Amino acid sequence: MAIKSLDELKKIRDASKKKVDLREKGESTDNMIELLVGMATCGIAAGARETMKALNDAIEEAGLDNVKVIQVGCMGYCHSEPTVQASIPGKEPILFGNVDVDTAKNIIDKYIISGELLDDHVLNRTFRKA
Amino acid sequence: MSNYRMHVMVCAGTGCEAAESKIIIENFKEELKLKGYDQEIQVVKTGCFGFCGQGPIVKIQPDNVFYVKVTPADVKEIIEEHIIKGRRVERLLFEDPKEKVKLEKHDNMDFYKKQYRIALRNCGFINPEDIEEYIAFEGYEALGKVLTEMQPEDVIEIVKASGLRGRGGGGFPAGVKWGFTKNSPGDEKYVICNADEGDPGAFMDRSILEGDPHSILEAMAIAGYATGANSGIVYIRAEYPLAIKRLEIAIDQAREMGLLGENIFESGFDFDIILKLGAGAFVCGEETALIHSMEGCRGEPTKKPPFPAESGYRGKPTTVNNVETLANVCPIILKGSEWFSSIGTETSKGTKVFALAGKVNNVGLVEVPMGTTLREIIFEIGGGICDGKKFKAVQTGGPSGGVITEKDLDTPIDYESIKEIGSMMGSGGMIVMDEDNDMVEIAKFYLDFTQDESCGKCTPCRIGTKRMYEILERLTNLEGDMEDLEKLVDLGNMIKDTALCGLGQTAPNPVLSTMRYFPEEYEAYAKREKTKSYRIDPEKCIGCTLCAKACPVNCITGKVKEAHVIDESACIACGACFTVCKFDAVIKP
Ligand SMILES: Cc1cc2nc3c(=O)[nH]c(=O)nc-3n(C[C@H](O)[C@H](O)[C@H](O)COP(=O)(O)O)c2cc1C
Repeated sequence: MAIKSLDELKKIRDASKKKVDLREKGESTDNMIELLVGMATCGIAAGARETMKALNDAIEEAGLDNVKVIQVGCMGYCHSEPTVQASIPGKEPILFGNVDVDTAKNIIDKYIISGELLDDHVLNRTFRKA
Repeated sequence: MSNYRMHVMVCAGTGCEAAESKIIIENFKEELKLKGYDQEIQVVKTGCFGFCGQGPIVKIQPDNVFYVKVTPADVKEIIEEHIIKGRRVERLLFEDPKEKVKLEKHDNMDFYKKQYRIALRNCGFINPEDIEEYIAFEGYEALGKVLTEMQPEDVIEIVKASGLRGRGGGGFPAGVKWGFTKNSPGDEKYVICNADEGDPGAFMDRSILEGDPHSILEAMAIAGYATGANSGIVYIRAEYPLAIKRLEIAIDQAREMGLLGENIFESGFDFDIILKLGAGAFVCGEETALIHSMEGCRGEPTKKPPFPAESGYRGKPTTVNNVETLANVCPIILKGSEWFSSIGTETSKGTKVFALAGKVNNVGLVEVPMGTTLREIIFEIGGGICDGKKFKAVQTGGPSGGVITEKDLDTPIDYESIKEIGSMMGSGGMIVMDEDNDMVEIAKFYLDFTQDESCGKCTPCRIGTKRMYEILERLTNLEGDMEDLEKLVDLGNMIKDTALCGLGQTAPNPVLSTMRYFPEEYEAYAKREKTKSYRIDPEKCIGCTLCAKACPVNCITGKVKEAHVIDESACIACGACFTVCKFDAVIKP
């Protein structure tokens, strides 16, 4: 398809941005919200892959460009897998447990977008880090 | 399009490809499919990351983890550990040579910390074979802006005001050059991109073409609009097959989207680009020789004036620009001349890409603001000299330049300052030498190159460089004398004054500059005092026989527990004996 104007080019740019989005988010360090998904054996067995996909879908649906989803190893809460830690710059990280597909969507729609905490899914940190 | 959650970015520059990155990419794709992750994880082939000494490089996004020296056999582990389980593969992380700690983010590495990437902005970041990825990073917006909102004069003004100077070696202001071509009468004009890159040791132009080919096509079209040309030609050496392939793909894609061809952005401006392959002669990088070569004539230079801007390809006004020069154009159009001119020094604006090579820990491509010191480049970005040896000199400007020594390491580098300390910017090759390098041999190496590459048209270069080389051979064979040193200087200065083109005018530089900084090394050869072989100190040798076993030419003899002897006439000075000796008994030449 031939591009005939700067506006058409910019449309293609915006559509193509999705393709490279992960890289841009990865490079930028400031003011990104990070969602860490526990993807060790326990997490995967409990459905963390679906959770991660649900998070990504919800982010795309809401059109958020300041959230990156990163998979991490076991966070130590195997009893409540899948677990997701949400780190918003300037706020205490919040740990969510038993995050199924619906809860994942709620994390984005309620917590990330409007700051609302979710009943029954917030885990308390039981250890201190060095 | 399915939604990927992770990108595995694998370098497919020439360096990493030579180190099997193609197989790595295939292994990733196969293994991900096998494990059922191919719909979630995308494998992306990218251009050069610049950190070639650590290649092949694999970067995982959005985690921003940078794996180095990856082999095809490592792929399974990266997938099983990092991609499936979210655990870093520690052993493949880069280890800081000074602090000895593992670093996972490239921004924490000294190699990247001081760099500022304008020309290399997209290299290692986008798939060079996908025009949409280029567009995602504002690709072709500069061309769109120029064609729909600006007059050719305005474009030339911006480039002039930015202070952008030619990166091909001469340092001539790009905007001024464009103005000359624009003002030369004629309705048929050309834009030529000089991608000959003949300096042995320089590879920034190749990396830009391989990693971000569209940025060059776009800049050429902008130059065409500014100067009134409708045809662009990339003159590229046939020895760069990957760059050629990526350019061909890029040209096809740009044509398909109407970004090259007729009536671009419906502005009435037509521009198309073709490739011309050169056979890889150093002199064909010189712009007049390059043009003759394109015309099907012998690749020989002619006198300037007339400059190509007046009478170039087919006798028509022609702009010749280097690849790296062009790579700076689009950001200047989009971000403005003030942004660009705020970077760099008084006389030299923007950044320069250097190809860092030789005895330095972090070999690779580095892009730094003009005014960065050599010490920062070699010791911070480059991580210092290999094996803890001492720095001796750095050769810049390739076969046309000279050596810079310890005392000038803190000079902020720009076109002028580097000339003052006796070398030149050239295309940005930077070869680091340590205490073991023989400066006479280094000079001989470069002269061997230039006398071989001399096109033979003018006598000073054809015969002069040959004679200089013969004198150097005589000296290094220990058959010369002190008079030879005077002859070298005389001959060198004469060639500089009388040769026809830049090749001959600069060919004596490596000899003259090493003579200036290391006269004692030349004298040792002239007085025939230089020993070329290793020797054994009989006082220190305990007769352990390690050296005799290590010697590849069997020129070390001696009984067990008795001092050994090296046959100096057979010694090839490989240093194997020196390396294995545990008693400091082997003496270097
Ligand atoms: C012997 C010789 C070799 C050269 N080789 C190259 C080269 O490989 N690439 C290049 O861009 N310029 C080379 N040049 C410089 C070109 O003549 C010309 O100045 C340059 O392409 C202009 O582009 P710029 O103003 O963008 O630097 C060479 C010059 C000489 C004298």
